[in-house]
Amino acid sequence: MDEALAKKLRILADAAKYDASCSSSGAPKRKAGKDELGSTTGSGICHAYTPDGRCISLLKILLTNYCLFDCAYCINRRSSNVQRARFSVQEVVTLTVEFYKRNYIEGLFLSSGIIKSPDYTMELLTRVAKSLRRDHGFRGYIHLKSIPEASPWLIEEAGLYADRLSINVELPTEASLQTLAPEKDGATILNAMAQVAERIVEAKAERRRFSPAGQSTQVIVGADATTDEALIRKSAHLYGSVGLKRVYYSAFSPIPEGSGILPLKAPPLQREHRLYQADWLIRYYDFSADDVADAADDGMFSLDIDPKLAWALKNRHRFPVDVNTGDREMLLRVPGLGARAVDKIIKARRHTRLRLDDVARLSSALKRARPFLIAADYTPGGLTDRLDLRSRLVEPAQQLSLF
Amino acid sequence: MDAPDLFPPPEAVEGGSRTIHLRPGADLDGFRAALRRLVADDVPPDRVTWSAGDAPGLFGSSPGAEPDAPPVALPKPVAGLIPMVVPHRDRERYALLHTLVWRVRHGERHLTEVASDPLVHRLGGMRKAIARDLHKMHAFLRFRRIETAAGERFVAWFEPDNHILEAAAPFFVDRFRSMDWTILTPDGSAHWDRATLAFGPPGDKAQLPEGDGFEAGWRDYYESTFNPARTNLKAMRAEMPKKYWHNMPETAAIPGLVRAAASRTTQMIERAPQMTIKRDPAKAVAAMSDQAPKTLDALNAIIKRSEPLVPGATQAVLGEGRVGSTIAFVGEQPGDQEDRQGRPFVGPAGQLLSRAMAEAGIDREASYLTNAVKHFKFEERGKRRIHQKPTAGEVSHYRWWLDRELDFVAPKLVVALGATAVLALTGKSIPITRARGPFRFERLDDRFQGFITVHPSYLLRLPDEAKEEAYATFVGDLRRVAELGRELAG
Repeated sequence: MDEALAKKLRILADAAKYDASCSSSGAPKRKAGKDELGSTTGSGICHAYTPDGRCISLLKILLTNYCLFDCAYCINRRSSNVQRARFSVQEVVTLTVEFYKRNYIEGLFLSSGIIKSPDYTMELLTRVAKSLRRDHGFRGYIHLKSIPEASPWLIEEAGLYADRLSINVELPTEASLQTLAPEKDGATILNAMAQVAERIVEAKAERRRFSPAGQSTQVIVGADATTDEALIRKSAHLYGSVGLKRVYYSAFSPIPEGSGILPLKAPPLQREHRLYQADWLIRYYDFSADDVADAADDGMFSLDIDPKLAWALKNRHRFPVDVNTGDREMLLRVPGLGARAVDKIIKARRHTRLRLDDVARLSSALKRARPFLIAADYTPGGLTDRLDLRSRLVEPAQQLSLF
Repeated sequence: MDAPDLFPPPEAVEGGSRTIHLRPGADLDGFRAALRRLVADDVPPDRVTWSAGDAPGLFGSSPGAEPDAPPVALPKPVAGLIPMVVPHRDRERYALLHTLVWRVRHGERHLTEVASDPLVHRLGGMRKAIARDLHKMHAFLRFRRIETAAGERFVAWFEPDNHILEAAAPFFVDRFRSMDWTILTPDGSAHWDRATLAFGPPGDKAQLPEGDGFEAGWRDYYESTFNPARTNLKAMRAEMPKKYWHNMPETAAIPGLVRAAASRTTQMIERAPQMTIKRDPAKAVAAMSDQAPKTLDALNAIIKRSEPLVPGATQAVLGEGRVGSTIAFVGEQPGDQEDRQGRPFVGPAGQLLSRAMAEAGIDREASYLTNAVKHFKFEERGKRRIHQKPTAGEVSHYRWWLDRELDFVAPKLVVALGATAVLALTGKSIPITRARGPFRFERLDDRFQGFITVHPSYLLRLPDEAKEEAYATFVGDLRRVAELGRELAG
């Protein structure tokens, strides 16, 4: 690999790293045929982890970090003095194929700054995907960040080659968009998401390929004043209205070449973590947006306890739940019991009466669960209603960033 | 940690006790054969001693020497668990599995569902360990490329925790089918030549080629994608334990990245926002929002250079006619002839349409003709290209173009020929027989009036006796279209 290409790679990987998603899951299982390269396993593989604890499964780069937009939170905004570079379509294809062959990655996540016009840029992104599929028989994962300002027909084409399309909402409110991302428009973003959603549903019904791993989005946390509750309500709405697979929450991170309008401080990582937990409650634990809102105080989740525990502490009258008789919905609400543990409990209790020891083998967080459950040989007694229960369950102050 | 209560108390070893010798590593076949024999003879677990060849001098009596016992019927979860536990390096793996099978066959048929049972829990843990080991091998193995006389070849060295090479190899076949590769491990080696997978003797790290031209670039990528403001070593180590690092080229960058992370972050935070050096590209920004095609020709140029969004098609077939025509006809999609000639309605159906238009008094030259889908979707059967009806989703792919096209042409009346055209114009499936005649295309009715009739290809497909009447009705429809057109033009 020559130095010129390596230099571009350094610039354009650095420029892409603020997008939280690196997921390669959800694609239908595929295997390489004769003369083809690549497969997808369904669940996704993390080929490496960087010291920020994040997974590398895809080659996540920008086609270029030249950009005509001026979004305050973005290192690549046109008014930033960051070093610029631009890959050719062929260069991205070569890097993807060569990295893939060495088992460094399991696909490509390609995004771009906007150059010349949204259409021009979107066409280039699609050309990369097309070349990988057509010229190299590439069957690995391709995630394209679509450009909502591009003409709708370009999104139609991109979905034929990509496993996942994503469009970032970036900021949860129209007001924030206007202040921080003047070239962006909330309605345009939503229209593009709705278009993708519609096509995905149609293609699925017709057994055709169109973004088979669905669509996702990212929202930046901590760059504006939006509360956790508002963020979660927005996500719940998006999951319902445009059938999103995932919402990624990205704690606003200080960037070199920061903008004057945004405060530069350490990213609120614990807040981001709580938002992901709340998001899971909606997607996997049958919590409604109202339930999750109930776990917050003044619209914000506590940083020292997780939102499921916060909800349980506020709704103690619904506990304890008997692990041998409680229904699934209530078992899912017991702090410390994950969805998998609940399924195991339900299976096992058909054949045996579960004691606390048994539950301990199925859950790794029994301490948090104890005050809220009953087992064959155990009841929490007054523990559930103790006034100091919250302080007994608070996680020891955890330093997420290790310096 | 030992769990002595997992086994029934050992009884005095009598004549009925057995010792079973298996190959070292993951001897799935040997274990299966032994298990069949033990089940056939109803030998309880406490009468069996397993030797996995881990201790020296135990080869000699293999289960192959005994006659094959009949296959054993096991519940699916048990049968599925066995291959996921056999590769485990735990010396008790075979005994634990035998105990499980014994209990399942002696009154505890649903034992695997009791995840809280100590034996099931332990086996579940072993299965998890194997799954994780496999996953990490699939993830962290790195190939290096070498040039050989026969072309490029890829070689990797990996040290799994358990005996998983054979279980791990199919993943690499599925993924790297078009490559020649070798995977070396201390336990054995696997070789793929684009046709067959072969297993060989243990390898040696010294057999790994020296370097690879892309490793430095990969390390560059690894360094650049790291965000120092989010440093979290615990999370990294939990998923990528240190034991793997020495075989992963990128991990050499970790100490440097960690050392510099704090100061890089502080610098970012403390550094005041800079004035931008570059000029604000006002003109470029203004031009950016001006990308939409301004004329029918500009739109057509976009359609022309776009790839087909349906399978088949050699070229896009654009609409034909004057901008400002009073009447526009929308068909389904180009056919074989249209695809070859690059013009709409020139095949048999198009000729029939021309004839009917002439009889109804519509000047084809003064009308606009186009299709809902701009490419010929077909399936090749022998030398014939068989027309395939576009799906609703495919029609949606093309709807944007049709919308813009009709914007530019600005007809007063749009005639939908057949169901696909109706779908493209309304977004809904509407039966032609019921909607035939003047029609309001809801979404578009402020732009033009609508009319629905059959597609001329429908007439071609009818049996001869029905053709004449259907054709007359079609011409009748077109007469009404002509009349409407005259009214609207007037």
